[in-house]
Amino acid sequence: MVTLSRRRLLELGAAGAAAGITSLYGRGASAAETIPIAGIHDASGGIDIYGRPMINCLTLAVEELNAAGGVLGKQLDLVNYDPQSNMQLYTQYAGEAATKQKAAVVFGGILSASREAMRPTLKRYKTLYFYNLLYEGGVCDRNIFCMGSTPAQTLQKFTPFVMKHFNGKKIYTLAADYNYGQITAKWIKKFATENGGDVIATDFFPLDVSDFGPTIRKIQAAKPEIIMSVLVGANHNSFYRQWVASGMKDKIPMASTTFGIGNEQVLTSPEEHNGIIVSYAYFDGIQTPENKSFLEKYYKRFGEKADAVTEGAAMTFNAVNLWAKAVAKAGSVDHDKVIEALETGLSFTGPPGKTTIDPRTHHDTLDVYIAEVRDRKYNVLESFPQQPPADTAAFCDLQAHPNENKQFVIDVKT
Amino acid sequence: MDYFFIVVLQLAVTIANLALVSIGLAIVFGMMRVINFAHGEFLMLGGYAAIISNRAGINLWIAIFLIAPIVVGAVGILLERLVIRHLYGRMIDTMLATWGISLALIGLVTVVFGNTVSGISPPLGSLTVGRYAIGNYELLLVAVAAALFAAGWLVLRHTSLGLIARGTMQDREMSAALGIDPSRVYAATFAVGAAVSGLTGALIAPIVGVVPTIGAMYIAKAFITVISGGVAILAGTLGSSVLLGGVNTLISFVFTPVLGEVALLAAAVVLLRLLPQGITGRFFRKAL
Amino acid sequence: MMRSALGYAIVTLSAIYALFYVPQHADLTTMINGSVYASYGVLALSLALIWGFAGILSFGQAAFFGIGGYAYAIAALNFDNTTLAAAVAIAAAAFSAALLGYFMFWGRISDVYLGVITLTVSLILSRFFNQTAGDQWTIGNAPLGGFNGIPSTPIITLPGDPSNPLPPEQIYVLAIATLVICYLLCRLLLATRFGAIVVAIRENETRAELLGYDSRYYKLGVFTVAGAMAGAAGVLFANCVFVSPNMFNLQTNGQLIIWIIIGGVGTLVGPVVGCFLTLMLSNYLGTVNHSGILAWLDPNLVMGVLLTMFVLIMRKGLLPLVISGFDRMASAIGRRPAKSMTANTAVDLSQ
Repeated sequence: MVTLSRRRLLELGAAGAAAGITSLYGRGASAAETIPIAGIHDASGGIDIYGRPMINCLTLAVEELNAAGGVLGKQLDLVNYDPQSNMQLYTQYAGEAATKQKAAVVFGGILSASREAMRPTLKRYKTLYFYNLLYEGGVCDRNIFCMGSTPAQTLQKFTPFVMKHFNGKKIYTLAADYNYGQITAKWIKKFATENGGDVIATDFFPLDVSDFGPTIRKIQAAKPEIIMSVLVGANHNSFYRQWVASGMKDKIPMASTTFGIGNEQVLTSPEEHNGIIVSYAYFDGIQTPENKSFLEKYYKRFGEKADAVTEGAAMTFNAVNLWAKAVAKAGSVDHDKVIEALETGLSFTGPPGKTTIDPRTHHDTLDVYIAEVRDRKYNVLESFPQQPPADTAAFCDLQAHPNENKQFVIDVKT
Repeated sequence: MDYFFIVVLQLAVTIANLALVSIGLAIVFGMMRVINFAHGEFLMLGGYAAIISNRAGINLWIAIFLIAPIVVGAVGILLERLVIRHLYGRMIDTMLATWGISLALIGLVTVVFGNTVSGISPPLGSLTVGRYAIGNYELLLVAVAAALFAAGWLVLRHTSLGLIARGTMQDREMSAALGIDPSRVYAATFAVGAAVSGLTGALIAPIVGVVPTIGAMYIAKAFITVISGGVAILAGTLGSSVLLGGVNTLISFVFTPVLGEVALLAAAVVLLRLLPQGITGRFFRKAL
Repeated sequence: MMRSALGYAIVTLSAIYALFYVPQHADLTTMINGSVYASYGVLALSLALIWGFAGILSFGQAAFFGIGGYAYAIAALNFDNTTLAAAVAIAAAAFSAALLGYFMFWGRISDVYLGVITLTVSLILSRFFNQTAGDQWTIGNAPLGGFNGIPSTPIITLPGDPSNPLPPEQIYVLAIATLVICYLLCRLLLATRFGAIVVAIRENETRAELLGYDSRYYKLGVFTVAGAMAGAAGVLFANCVFVSPNMFNLQTNGQLIIWIIIGGVGTLVGPVVGCFLTLMLSNYLGTVNHSGILAWLDPNLVMGVLLTMFVLIMRKGLLPLVISGFDRMASAIGRRPAKSMTANTAVDLSQ
């Protein structure tokens, strides 16, 4: 069996590729002049509907800061990595950003799995990490700041609102079958029961399910008054279509804690989504001056057809600015100093309103909005300002235990 | 009683769905022993063709029944000329080459159309049975599936085109000796298979929506259904669709949709173990 | 003879380079990437063995990859001994391979039908593990986690030293070492009588049976060994990334086949090379700024076009191409006439 220089060339090739990729970072001025930062979001593959708005807002925030003179007088050098909805690439890119690019901060991760694929690596190499998408809560790690809303923050006000708005008490929950869906379903049950309601059934669907026929028959048999949808991903969108096709749309009203995070209002038609009630920490229909001017800038930069701004994207924008503020306060990009600056309870008012870092949990206090989806737009119905991250706070206290490094599974006592 | 009726309807819908999704692949496999792994992407292209032409103003039914099959049939002819015709007789190689084509098509559509295209709602309202309801559009799919199989049977059994096709399928050399150009027949068959896949993709688009990666959802099921069915195009696909689709629906109703899927796959494994040449390898061997 | 010696020398040199030079001088990113590539490389080796030398085209080899990964994670979380967990994982993968192999080979399943069954089994596992997110799906201390998998897998430790999980540099060394050992194992296996019979079965099964060898046992044997290797790959993967149902899915199985086609069916080193090159390409494509003309560098488009080209033009893969190029060069220099392929190297397995 003859083998050749393939093996040898391979090793040289690996070194060569590494060198080649290094050269990609050689743009701009020398390292002393710029601050390297990294964005790791999926821009392709099935998860990219969540990733692309976040990448846009990250780019916009960095460009704005650079135009205003940069941070500490230096320009920010942003590299966007695309893990292509592939978990091992998350780990690899995190390692690359931390050790090769030596990024001062990483913004990224979409699904919890991707965050957990990066968190240990980034903590090991002491690279500050902002995770900006809403998720199930519970991460307790001093190296990370989680900007997205957690279920208790939104559901606590959302559940009673929905029950009152639709005048119903019997709820049927459909949830994506992974930890976010599972935990959210538990919170729904808890808050529903607390407000006199009743969750008559909860069904879980893995993310690649797209045939909801039998489920819809089951719902028809159970006759609930409200449907709560915690469905996630492009495949689950077919539920909304099949729901309309079965003629159920006008019979049972629907509320959702996930509709819209992937711009589902664009993917589905008005017949499919009019009347759905949703709740997040941001809607592009928010009528504050900050949001309006932000949206103008956003569409000017990315064109009229750009992906609509979601909560994850808006939080990314806030996160970049919070980081910049902390660096300015600390006077350096040193990892420990910036974290201490953030822990003084820094806040930033941006498109989603005012977000304030909670030093105990490294999550944030944020404004919660409830809106109705209509004709591809969100009409904000109510808002609850400054909701604290109560669910994570019940388990995590980084000031008392700064070496904590895990994600607590929030056990919802119903 | 209502429940029983609705289960039967749901059964019909699931079986019809599986048959529709598989028939395009079955035509190509049965005729030419080519396993077209780009079949899922033909479905996807059909869906895109229908949705895009519909949003450009063309009537939905024309978009589905005319535009989608023509577009995808054309793509099929192109691919057959460029790639497939060099690989006849090499089953594994066609599988691999078409896998490559499928990836390339996903990438191409992503680059050209982006990752999200808004969908169309299923038309036609719903049928109410007691306190249950099922979409009329889904029932339409059952009718279309039945019509397609009937048309296929008629063409194969009663037309000279069908005769030529069957002859080439049974014995390529002999047909060539009798004056038929097998490569023309193969090209036409591949085009027909692609067109049917395009039609199916357009038909299911209102129910499932289109994103570039939707093909991946169907290719595994279609592949398994076709191989389990065996060599006879129509009888085989029908047989395995009934069996596998039936198992899927019943388990989905009793347990969860996921276990229904797992049951479908497990049933296929058992089926192949017992009948290694597929259903029509043993039964109905002379069927079409 | 000269050719073989030269080949082995180069492989040995490369192994030494990867094992000793790289950890001292290369940066961490290369090593983290290297661990991931090596773990996939072992998986590629397992399929290369059964496809190239036994003629068994398994579309679902990733099933054993995933079983190895999950078994390791569950065992490590439950027993506090990671070395034991690794052993359990490899045994579990080997056992499953033996079970599936028995099911298939005793039923005389072959070629495309075997591919379908193996793919289906892998998909069953993928679907099944995808829906294990609920609390009830916990084995001892290990929640199966559903779609998200088991993120906090205990990292492997040295056998005598349970409180020191290996750092990434050493995981890299472990991964490369495993790759080298598996390669040697395959070489050894093929050099024995067992290996020769397996190749004979691939060449013509009926003839081998007529000569008195029960092909079912030999196929089962090589399939089990490959299953064990895939399980080892899964253990490595669990340590450098994490365990999730993606290990079983269609994409993983498809990628595997792409590497082997690109690298060369019928060789052992080829698929490993194909694996490394393809993964590096994929890594690179994710760092490209996809704007303007570079938007056409969509990863799927690139991979798809590559695969199609290889099947059409370079069906035998890179390695045999390079070998025949070397032969022609050698003959041009006048050493010896161009040697044709021996039965030991690339065989055209298209039928």
